[in-house]
Amino acid sequence: MSIYQENILEHYRHPRNYGRLAAATDRVTVANPLCGDVICLEALIKKRILWEVRFSGEGCAISTAAASMLTEKAHRRRLKPLLGLTKNDMLKMLGIELSPNRLKCALLPWEALLKLIGNGKY
Amino acid sequence: MLDVSAIKKDFPLFAKNPSLIYLDSTATALKPQTVIDKLNEYYKEYSANVFRGIYKISERATVEYEKTRKLIAAFIGAEASEVVFTRNTTESLNLVASGLGRRLIGKGDEIVTTIMEHHSNFVPWQQLAIENGGVFKVLDVDKEGKLQSAVTLDEVITKRTKILAVTYVSNVLGVVNPLKKIIARAKKINPRIVVVVDAAQAVPHRLVNVSAIGADFLAFSSHKMLGPTGVGVLWGKRALLTSMRPFQYGGEMIEEVGIEKTTFKQPPHKFEAGTPHIAGVIALQEAVVYLQKIGLESIEKHETELVKYAVDQLERAFGEDFVLLGPRENRTGILSFSLKRTHPHDLAQILDEVNIAIRAGHHCAMPLHRRLGVAASARASFYLYNHSGDVDALIKGLQKAKRILK
Ligand SMILES: Cc1ncc(COP(=O)(O)O)c(C=O)c1O
Repeated sequence: MSIYQENILEHYRHPRNYGRLAAATDRVTVANPLCGDVICLEALIKKRILWEVRFSGEGCAISTAAASMLTEKAHRRRLKPLLGLTKNDMLKMLGIELSPNRLKCALLPWEALLKLIGNGKY
Repeated sequence: MLDVSAIKKDFPLFAKNPSLIYLDSTATALKPQTVIDKLNEYYKEYSANVFRGIYKISERATVEYEKTRKLIAAFIGAEASEVVFTRNTTESLNLVASGLGRRLIGKGDEIVTTIMEHHSNFVPWQQLAIENGGVFKVLDVDKEGKLQSAVTLDEVITKRTKILAVTYVSNVLGVVNPLKKIIARAKKINPRIVVVVDAAQAVPHRLVNVSAIGADFLAFSSHKMLGPTGVGVLWGKRALLTSMRPFQYGGEMIEEVGIEKTTFKQPPHKFEAGTPHIAGVIALQEAVVYLQKIGLESIEKHETELVKYAVDQLERAFGEDFVLLGPRENRTGILSFSLKRTHPHDLAQILDEVNIAIRAGHHCAMPLHRRLGVAASARASFYLYNHSGDVDALIKGLQKAKRILK
């Protein structure tokens, strides 16, 4: 089965929450050493709630779709359940089977989010 | 052009996977049956250790092992005593950096390399400079990805430059560097400069003669020239090899071991500590024989024609969206590119769905990609078992990818 399913492509073509967030309280950048891709995540966090989140950077269809879906899910959510998100949750959300080499692309936005909110500050 | 359908019959991987279009020989080449048979021959008929046994099968193994050394030496125009077997190009280069570089580079001494190097001819020198307090300098490329002219060379290389490490062929740009000219110029500035050439992408694809180039060291890998993985070659000038410290210590490389001191064998054995990849070295013979049977000049011509056809067809199919990395002329069968508004990973993935293998990423050349202002690129590379039909399939596959990703 191709990993380029309609829902993935739809998010890739029209990514949600793409862009910069001027009012951000927190910011992280993570890179995929395999391809040099970089994703930047910016968020507005107050009272342990993620009020807004945006992502930017150039990525492949898989990492872009993953970032789009994840930010959509994380928007206006309490931090606690977000911190509990697992790799499996990410893969379930994407709904595709990935080879080990592409796993990194799919998980990069999730890694960025955990780095953003899981640094002990919150 | 080569008779590709006949050649493909010699590579059993195509029998198992007839629809595979393999465009990643820059990463590693496929193996002909003769190489596989030679590996088996060793394991089945004389799988003894080398240089040790006073019995027939060990002697046979030793003779076969040394036969490869002679063949490789003749292949690159060198002496057998100057050919060292390693694990790969990376280890060959590290051997020089460690065995010679550590002693040669003092505070303020310069090491020059280029921005187009594979990490394996970049990081060892960068780290050596850091450890020894040396100065690490990098030759730049122009817009087309060619090393800049003699003027820049004169600006970068000085009397204090002790080592110049440069690739023969870039594994990204496919560009063939004018080594003879570069080395002559460098030696004019500092006659004692040691020139280390990364020939990983040259030896499998064109005739290489070490004395004609004027280098001091040359490194390449068996697995990129149809031979087994796990075997690399380092050629070095005898005087330099003799003056160098061993790379590793242990069996095979010693003459006499006492409690206080040890004396080492002469090169090349001084640098081959421990039991080597005997089967791999022996089977490398058959790779050389195969390449010589087809002819390196014919292979080079075949690849040049294929890559030219590919560039023309890609331009016709994708116009402005097709961005070629590297110059149009003076290149080998390596073709790195991008298609605007698509990510190389997605291209490679969609091509894989139609059984076309290309590479996507930075190809172990991050400094070069950064210099060219791209994070990653797609790379298709051609070898003696590729033909124009593979190019046509590549284009069809890329058109499919464009449709999906639009
Ligand atoms: C130009 C160049 N140098 C060095 C290497 C490293 O070769 P190996 O991985 O066999 O050590 C490669 C292989 O990718 C290469 O293309």
